[in-house]
Amino acid sequence: MSPLERYLIVAALLFGIGLAGALTRRNAILVLAGIELMLTAVNLNLIAFGRYGGHAAPAAGQVFVLFVIAVAAAETAVGLALIIALFRHRRTVQLDEADELRG
Amino acid sequence: METAFHLLAVGLLVAAVAAMSLRHLVHCALCLVAVFAAAAGLFLTLGAEFLAFAQVLVYVGAISILIVFAMLLTRTRAVDAASLSVRPRALGVTAAGAVAGFVIAAVLTSRALPEKAAAAPAVPVRELGRELMTQQVPALLAVGLLLTAALLGAVVLALREPPAAPSGKEPRA
Repeated sequence: MSPLERYLIVAALLFGIGLAGALTRRNAILVLAGIELMLTAVNLNLIAFGRYGGHAAPAAGQVFVLFVIAVAAAETAVGLALIIALFRHRRTVQLDEADELRG
Repeated sequence: METAFHLLAVGLLVAAVAAMSLRHLVHCALCLVAVFAAAAGLFLTLGAEFLAFAQVLVYVGAISILIVFAMLLTRTRAVDAASLSVRPRALGVTAAGAVAGFVIAAVLTSRALPEKAAAAPAVPVRELGRELMTQQVPALLAVGLLLTAALLGAVVLALREPPAAPSGKEPRA
């Protein structure tokens, strides 16, 4: 198994774990954490391809990961603010108890 | 390098499973920190030092603290006595397993991946900075704008609403 394949397989497993968490957990914060795990898996893929996937643009993969990290940080901040706003209205962060569109 | 990769990969996956399946929220947050740290280690084994440090700063530092604060602010009971999963749990786990299995099968059978594992030379930080400051300037400015907007948006969203009653302590239901 080549080094690239090993990293890709680890990233695929991490993505699957994050997806399972995001799909099944009731707590909204852990759903957000699952999404973070999926993003980390994507970053791992990008860096592995940048290292082992040919030499066309070696810095491109890492630059892309930098932008993904920045956008993920913004996404987490806004997501957690939404969860706190939800908690303030409903006194819960369990997703199945917040299933109406009207506040 | 070989041993480091195996240790980090196993630690990453075990911590990820624990973070997504434990019942106690604080334990989940700690396992999440372990996942992010192990991912930073994997970045190091790939020769991406700057990204490993960015990962430690942003994820292990900032995002974990943010998640822990959100857990504390929204805590109703430390241990969730009720069911952990919202939908049929087997369905979600099966779907995720199918996605991961499909990707792994594709990786193992694909002929598009380069056969020879010729590692590109590690990209020095100077090269990364030059790339950011020359070719990627519009994207860099856009990210700066996005971060500012997200910061303001998060503050506005989490802002306490003006009290409706004179006593004012209780948030509006």
